[in-house]
Amino acid sequence: MKKVPEQLRRLGLVIGVIVAIILLLRFVILPAHMFQNRPHQHATELREMAKPIHHAGMPACRQCHEDVYETKYAGFHRNISCENCHGPAEAHVADPKNVKVPRPTKREFCYTCHAFDPSRPNGFPQIDPKVHKPHKRCITCHDPHDPVPPVAPKSCEGCHGTIWKTKALSSHAQLECTTCHTVPDRHMEDPRSALPSKPETREFCGQCHGKDATDAAAPKVDLASHGSSYLCWDCHYPHAPEKRR
Amino acid sequence: MNKREFLRDLALSIPAVGMLQALARDAIAAAAEGPAADAAAAAPAAPAAPAAEAATEAAAYDPSQHWWGMGVDIHRCIGCNKCVEACKAENNVPQEPFYFRTWIERYSIKADGDVQVQCLSTQPPRGEDTPNVDPNVLRTFFVPKLCNQCAHPPCVQVCPVGATFQTEDGVVLVDSTYCIGCRYCIQACPYGARFLNPDTHTADKCTFCYHRITKGLQPACVEVCPTQARIFGDFKSEESRLARFERMNEVSVLKPDMNTQPKVRYAHLDGEVR
Repeated sequence: MKKVPEQLRRLGLVIGVIVAIILLLRFVILPAHMFQNRPHQHATELREMAKPIHHAGMPACRQCHEDVYETKYAGFHRNISCENCHGPAEAHVADPKNVKVPRPTKREFCYTCHAFDPSRPNGFPQIDPKVHKPHKRCITCHDPHDPVPPVAPKSCEGCHGTIWKTKALSSHAQLECTTCHTVPDRHMEDPRSALPSKPETREFCGQCHGKDATDAAAPKVDLASHGSSYLCWDCHYPHAPEKRR
Repeated sequence: MNKREFLRDLALSIPAVGMLQALARDAIAAAAEGPAADAAAAAPAAPAAPAAEAATEAAAYDPSQHWWGMGVDIHRCIGCNKCVEACKAENNVPQEPFYFRTWIERYSIKADGDVQVQCLSTQPPRGEDTPNVDPNVLRTFFVPKLCNQCAHPPCVQVCPVGATFQTEDGVVLVDSTYCIGCRYCIQACPYGARFLNPDTHTADKCTFCYHRITKGLQPACVEVCPTQARIFGDFKSEESRLARFERMNEVSVLKPDMNTQPKVRYAHLDGEVR
């Protein structure tokens, strides 16, 4: 093997020393947090965590107002947190004597959730503010912590008003909702947990409208020839059968 | 001193300096912990106290144990706007209209296929008037929207200064001290969830109420939602409400074709929602 030239060995020594210095700086002398992957990100996380809380949360309210919580828990407003109506209450939790939360009493406040709006889900209790006891405060009749309706809706109209009105003006006005829909009892208490049935076959409509049906008042068609394989409600809206789709 | 001597001394001095520095660091740490620090605590230790508090808090919360997400049930939303108000109060979002970390949209799908989208949160309170029911509207519903806290966030990719990033527990945050207010992220967000804060002139967005969730509380919007249309939870926990939400509903996300992998999941989402 040929001898390594002197100048190369010297150069190698110098490079080796430089590398050693860099390694020493990186791993021994400079503190580790200078090389953390994301120091400013961690600082941002800490800054976000340190921000003040404004909504104390229902468990905090419960510590003092257990009685109200019990009342509320038994009623329809059981899932509504206290701060939904009373506003952010962390200041009240910190200093209950001097800081009081607002107690909304105005009629307009309840409109936020309970005024009729076509986009709201079916079955959500809604009123028409102009018709429903105008100029009377809601809390005169309803306890906001246990909002039992003075009269529970007996008919389907209470929630399905639009369909009810449509049907009332149609030739199906005489029919009850239960003629076509089977309504489980639980649907009245928790509408979405038990949905009423809907007719599924042509033969169901044929019970009245088939040519052999006994009901004299209903118009008759021959199910075999009328409408071929279409379902009846593809063309006729059952709540207003005169209207064609 | 010749060149050789100088190089030798230099090589020897570096480890010596390193050792001295390490010793000094240990001594400082011991002084800060020890009772001797009490005498000197008056001026220098006072600003350090909140930092130490934050440090212990951060130690109690382990971000690697969580992967936060939210569930939104469209069938339950009544469009009461309480979540928007609570968010503004909790996070000091500017009260003027058009600045939202979360907002509600009203979708109306007409018989002729036309889809009308209206931001409910910018509307004034309605008062006594009852809106007319438009017979041409086939179906109408509310969609609460917020930052989707994407697992693949486009806003993080475009940020030129690395001010916005994803935390270990999956929340996308903005470092307002790094943000230069260039608005790239606002453009990049497919959900329009970001805005330029008029006070700080930096990008601002939903943080899932990071200051609340790290203390075991729910985000403000989830806290006040009267119908449980919003569910908050942890994807890493089988017992969380979010896991139940995912089991019980057929969930979907907004704009799945963008491959942003949002952590805000929607139940009963209509196909027309964008």
